[in-house]
Amino acid sequence: MTTVATDTPMTDPRKAGRYVYAAGVFLLCAWVIVPLYFLLINTLSSPEAVNAFPKSFVPEFDLGSLTFFAGFAGMLTALKNSILVAVLTMILSIAVGAPAGYALSRFDFRGKEVFRMLILLTRAFPLPLLALPLAVMFIRTGLDDTIFGLALVHTTLAMPFAVLITFSLFSGIPLELEEAAWTLGCTRLTAFTKVVLPLILPGITASAIFAFVISWNEVFAAAVLTIENRTLTAFLLTNLDTSPLHLKFAGGFILVVPALIFIFAVRKYLFAMWGIANR
Amino acid sequence: METRYLPYILILPVTLFLCLFFLYPFVLVAQQAFWTDSGWSMQNFRDVTGHWKFPISLKNTLYLAAIVVPVQLVLALLMATMVRNMKKGRDLVLYVWTIPLGISDLAAGIIWLAIFEQSGFLNSMLSGLGVVDKPINLLTYQNPGIVFIAIALAEIWRATAIMLVILVAGIGLIPKEYYEAAEVFGASPWKRFTRITLPLLRPSLSTALVIRVILAFEVFAVVQAIGGTLFPVLMSETFNYQFELLNSGAAAAVALIILAISIAFTVLILRLLRVPKGATI
Repeated sequence: MTTVATDTPMTDPRKAGRYVYAAGVFLLCAWVIVPLYFLLINTLSSPEAVNAFPKSFVPEFDLGSLTFFAGFAGMLTALKNSILVAVLTMILSIAVGAPAGYALSRFDFRGKEVFRMLILLTRAFPLPLLALPLAVMFIRTGLDDTIFGLALVHTTLAMPFAVLITFSLFSGIPLELEEAAWTLGCTRLTAFTKVVLPLILPGITASAIFAFVISWNEVFAAAVLTIENRTLTAFLLTNLDTSPLHLKFAGGFILVVPALIFIFAVRKYLFAMWGIANR
Repeated sequence: METRYLPYILILPVTLFLCLFFLYPFVLVAQQAFWTDSGWSMQNFRDVTGHWKFPISLKNTLYLAAIVVPVQLVLALLMATMVRNMKKGRDLVLYVWTIPLGISDLAAGIIWLAIFEQSGFLNSMLSGLGVVDKPINLLTYQNPGIVFIAIALAEIWRATAIMLVILVAGIGLIPKEYYEAAEVFGASPWKRFTRITLPLLRPSLSTALVIRVILAFEVFAVVQAIGGTLFPVLMSETFNYQFELLNSGAAAAVALIILAISIAFTVLILRLLRVPKGATI
């Protein structure tokens, strides 16, 4: 890239500046993508190639590592657990968080500011640490080592996001629309289900996906709270020192794939979500 | 239904949920940390801080945060200003730059392990260039510097995106007119950045820094994947106390220390970047 910049006549500093800018953007994109590409090479190579030296910089499209991953004892169960926990988290955080988001955007009530502070406060704490005392509480209530118990903790992680995102979504729908529906004979509930809900459904889906990703990626609480029913992250973490390289890389790849798809799906909402969180 | 009570009914589930899974565990963790067989005491804290590994893991955690967070702040600011004026391909570039946002710290650690391990891509590149003739094991206790660099790079790679998203959203809120006016008066791009963007971005900067600094003290899986036991941090100590030593009192004590550090830094950042009352965009 630098050679391109020097080839052009330097009489026009603006033009040179534009080349530097383009090179910068390109380099920063490469900085994100190249490590992911390396992981892809390792995943699509046979176990022998993964442990060999020197590495080839193109994948050999061998499914050996992935088959090994699928055949590794407990791995598929862990994958299934991860998906189940993430889906439960997704449902719980929207079901519990969305009504609060609606209340924040539509009503002025006493204690609103305190409530908002409580929500914002949860983000200012290292929440996974709370898994430690919860481990004891879960043993007492029989929730220990269950999918549901872990989903509850992950919901706590995703909750502030669910509330704030739905709050911003509902705020984007003018109240007049609802009022019009009321005058046409809708009750509060039917106005909500027939007018508001269809409008915000894509946004709700985006925040649900966000909750899914939070749960899917969470490591510490998952490792603390599960023993038999490990999720994929917990399984990989606790087997880090014993598992061979190709297993780690295949596992890492499986962790990355949904993230790539989901970030792509919610990319439009990403900035709206965080914009509102600033205020 | 009475409209007066409706908002309270709507926020009730969240409130109950947070009381049960956020506030109550706090009470529990404090209880675990301060309670020993002989009653209330600071014994757990004395045990934990007296252990030879504690100063090392505290130092490692703080050093890592001190290196990683400023680099990420600069990178995120650079990227956010770069996309501000981008016309073509803005969406694509932003998508690529935010990919790491969805990637777990464990996966990020594994990705950078693929680069730094003995038969990894860095060694392959070095031998391809003729710098080394046989692969060297980079991630050993003889090379603490390289272990540190690998972990820092993985952290920078993974978590710059979260700051970027917050800052891009924040820059979007700054009215275009300010920049136009500054340009009319002949302000250079750098002047525009330091006199308009930075001051008006203060709320976003403090949000981004608070979130990022807290995540930096929670660093765990990246370290575990790359350094293993070579690079102890506070969070891995907590994990060890809970699982290897089965000492939940000590684990809770370390957890409280991490909490205290996080809160101290949160307060500090909020104080430093406070926006005076009444001064809004």
